[in-house]
Amino acid sequence: MIQSFLLQSGYNATLVTLGAMALGLATGAVGAFLFLRKRSLVPDAMAHATLPGVGLAFLIMVAFGGEGRFLPGLLLGAGVSSLLGLWVLQGLVRGTRLPEDAAIGIVLSTFYGAGIVLLTFIQGLGAGRQAGLEGFLLGSTAGMLREDVYLIAGGGVLVLVALFVLRRVLIMVAFDPSYATVMGVRPAWVDAALMALVLAVVLLGIRVVGAILVVALLITPAVAARMWTDRVGVMVLIAAGIGGAAGYGGAALSAAVSGLPTGAVIVALVFLAFAISAVIAPKRGLIGRLRRAA
Amino acid sequence: MTVALAFEDLSVRYGAVTAVDSVTADIPLGAMTAIVGPNGAGKSTLLKAALGVVSKAGGEALFFGTSLDAARAKVAYMPQRASVDWDFPIRVIDVVLMGMQRDLGLLRPVRAADRSFAMECLARVELTDFAKRQIGALSGGQQQRVFLARALAQRAQLYLLDEPFAGVDAKTEAAIVKVLQSLRDEGAAVVAVHHDLASVPVWFDRVLLLNRRLIAVGPVGEVFTPERLRETYGGALPAMQIA
Repeated sequence: MIQSFLLQSGYNATLVTLGAMALGLATGAVGAFLFLRKRSLVPDAMAHATLPGVGLAFLIMVAFGGEGRFLPGLLLGAGVSSLLGLWVLQGLVRGTRLPEDAAIGIVLSTFYGAGIVLLTFIQGLGAGRQAGLEGFLLGSTAGMLREDVYLIAGGGVLVLVALFVLRRVLIMVAFDPSYATVMGVRPAWVDAALMALVLAVVLLGIRVVGAILVVALLITPAVAARMWTDRVGVMVLIAAGIGGAAGYGGAALSAAVSGLPTGAVIVALVFLAFAISAVIAPKRGLIGRLRRAA
Repeated sequence: MTVALAFEDLSVRYGAVTAVDSVTADIPLGAMTAIVGPNGAGKSTLLKAALGVVSKAGGEALFFGTSLDAARAKVAYMPQRASVDWDFPIRVIDVVLMGMQRDLGLLRPVRAADRSFAMECLARVELTDFAKRQIGALSGGQQQRVFLARALAQRAQLYLLDEPFAGVDAKTEAAIVKVLQSLRDEGAAVVAVHHDLASVPVWFDRVLLLNRRLIAVGPVGEVFTPERLRETYGGALPAMQIA
């Protein structure tokens, strides 16, 4: 097990571990901005809404004589279906005056149900090489190709660069959207950019962490980081650090112990970071508050 | 007089409700103008519609004779304090630096000169010692002054303030009035949504009386009369307030 933490259990396992770390860094950083914008539940709907797209993309690729496991193809399907989910969600909120949380519940469960039906159907079909599709539910690094890891790590780096460029307007819109409007920054565009980055990390994350759990990797590091600091910049760095460390540790652990689902291990580590923060963080942690109350 | 802001037949509707009804008025440079009217009269909405924060149902707002997009560098805004989450993880100085966003853009690093200018803005509102505090650790009046410092950082010629005196302490009130008067004396236009009728003639040069439609606009001495106020408040005017 120590070998996998020291990146010495083979080139592929090392690559996967580093890829999961890049994913965690990007996801934690995006999640911090999303948390500050108070849209933490939206990616849950977006992630669950990827599943029908994964199934359909698989079926289409198999129908055209392909293997069906080509990751960029599956992610394209996931992205289209997730955007459809987001579109339905916004339509429900605007068109019916339904509160956003209820609309999220509807989109999440409907798309997820459709996805499960499709994936179950595909398993019964025995066509192509469907092994690994179940990894999109709970995340798995088993059977990942080197190109898959390059895609995930490269995408994660691009997301971090985009966040760096957009940081000021993201913060301004999250803190005071009316003021941003007056300053000539359009909140609708900035929100669209943020949602595009969320979609990007959700797509990069569903293979490793799974559609059900990827939202935890977005939100939990942000909540834990908020315990430690009163500065946005520091908070984003801490959230990225927690996400990166959990991605690294989770991938290494599940490489060392066979049968551990990668996504669940990563999320458990993220939760551990949150639990520790909630107790010992000096300002907002439990001990700090008890000490001030005493 | 040079017109800083002209409302031209400006209307705002929320669903079936007309919040602002065809308001036409000019706001001159070098004067402090109070926007006065009862609750729900559309005072804040009038400012927000001019600034594009809420959408207009008709008419337009001209800034220095042109569109807001063309004049944005000359226009500063101070929203209501209650409009943001003060638990947001940001320091006082960083809020003030937001006022310099047009200079900073996306990528230019914040330089020492930017920081010292932000500190000058904080000094004008008497918050020098609070630069590194988290905004949630401030009192309501101090938070209001942070917003004023952010507006000052915009180096504008037209300052639009939404209830700058709402729920503030006496020290903050005096500090804000001093800053607004110095802006006026430097030649800027200052417009504030205001509630306390008694202080209108003391602090302001001009007044815009609004109750969804424009009742009157002009110098306080001509417009701020009991008849006009009664018309504005529809007879619901507490006698104490005009005394």
